[in-house]
Amino acid sequence: MTADGLVLHAEDVHKRFGRLEVLRGISLDVRRGEVVVVIGPSGSGKSTFLRCINHLEKIDGGRIEVNGHLIGYRERDGKLVEDSEKNIARQRAEIGMVFQRFNLFPHMTALENVVEAPIRVRRTPAPQARRQGEALLERVGLDDKRDVYPGKLSGGQQQRVAIARALAMNPALMLFDEPTSALDPETIGEVLDVMKGLALDFKTTMIVVTHEMGFAREVGDRVVMMDEGRIIEEGTPEHFFREPREARTKQFLSKILV
Amino acid sequence: MDLLAAVDWHVIWQRIFHPDHVFARALWTTVYIAVLAQLLGILLGLIAALFRMSRIWPLKFLSAAYVLVFRGTPVIVQIFFVYYGANLLFGFTLIPNSLDFGLFQLGGAAIAGILALGINEGAYMREIIRAGIDAIDKGQMEAARSLGMTYRLAMRRIVLPQAARVIVPPLGNEFNNMLKTTSLLFFIGVYELFGDADVHYSTTFQPVEFFLAVSFWYLMLTTGWTLIQAQIEKRLAVSERGDELSFRERVAEAWQPMGAWARGAR
Repeated sequence: MTADGLVLHAEDVHKRFGRLEVLRGISLDVRRGEVVVVIGPSGSGKSTFLRCINHLEKIDGGRIEVNGHLIGYRERDGKLVEDSEKNIARQRAEIGMVFQRFNLFPHMTALENVVEAPIRVRRTPAPQARRQGEALLERVGLDDKRDVYPGKLSGGQQQRVAIARALAMNPALMLFDEPTSALDPETIGEVLDVMKGLALDFKTTMIVVTHEMGFAREVGDRVVMMDEGRIIEEGTPEHFFREPREARTKQFLSKILV
Repeated sequence: MDLLAAVDWHVIWQRIFHPDHVFARALWTTVYIAVLAQLLGILLGLIAALFRMSRIWPLKFLSAAYVLVFRGTPVIVQIFFVYYGANLLFGFTLIPNSLDFGLFQLGGAAIAGILALGINEGAYMREIIRAGIDAIDKGQMEAARSLGMTYRLAMRRIVLPQAARVIVPPLGNEFNNMLKTTSLLFFIGVYELFGDADVHYSTTFQPVEFFLAVSFWYLMLTTGWTLIQAQIEKRLAVSERGDELSFRERVAEAWQPMGAWARGAR
């Protein structure tokens, strides 16, 4: 972490897929312990921005720093060159990510999913990793499911294992990419509860792409509205509930706040 | 039944139920050559598949050239080429006259045969393995990398173990073919099942008896393998249903009939 408490510093980030410009200059700072909720219509670039933060997507312009370290690139003679695979992997280990479709490893049990990266990437001794893994599964309320394969778990349970898996690396920043949009309505609550717990009890720094405005209101410090690759409005959750400034924001909120 | 009158059923009976020692060796030769060649094929296929997906173009090219050449020429030519030509081509003894592994010796022809069949097989395995890897959801690689895994580690721990399940059925068919293709090695002097039959035929002039009997043995090998393969597939499918067995336990169980069979044979 930097002296000013900045976990994420994104500056004028650009990204294009072929001719399509998906991100047109995104700048965002996130401080330690902050919960930032990103909203916006589909195709606005929210997920792409999240994926750029851990370099799953290369950026075409601007810079992203996590804990003061440039992500995915090194500076050489004032120019940015892509970093080595090892260094990028090391940086990713500091950034947890939770996916819309969970992406659990289906050939491993819940506990094996959680301990895999600590053991293989961090070289944590297996017994210690298991103890920590069991504690994490308990934290997400799944200590009784540790030897169960993902195929036998409900969507909500799978997503909670995925959260535990990301937390096992003790990341400085957690990214949630629409974590509840692939879930049945009944199981959304259990996942949101876990995320609220992280925010309130553990002061986890997180960026959450979601349309769950209830979640934003309860634990969000800031809401960011994206449209067409830009941040068009930023403010407290209350601001978005009471007096959104942009017409585009009002229109969007009227659709998701039914 | 004039048609079958000339058949000496006793000879067939003998070949099937009272095989002699020489025959047993020929059967064993067929089996170990098929297994070793298939293993070599899997290894080469895996390397070629990874080369194919590499960002380094010479590796891509090498992989493409390999498949082009070895799928595009007859395997019998490849066998002859390796056996008669490899040492001359490379100017040193690539194929030794024999190798002694203590438990069993490999003759030069068998070594050449395993190499040729294995290299040929690798070209086919490349496609099978690549299709298996392609079948795994891209999200798996992304999740692995988001946890700080390098490409290699993610491949080894996450993608390949899952791809293995997709690969097993076509791999089984390949091995079935391999069991039969080993018969071509008789042409470079490997004494295997077909060779044994041919030697008996040329001394007795009883083609029906000996080729019928050897067909029976090939059928035994291929059906035996089909049963083993079915067991492997069944066990590998277990985790799809979410049963609570680790991957290692499942593989062990898949091979358990083999172990039981081996114990019974001893």
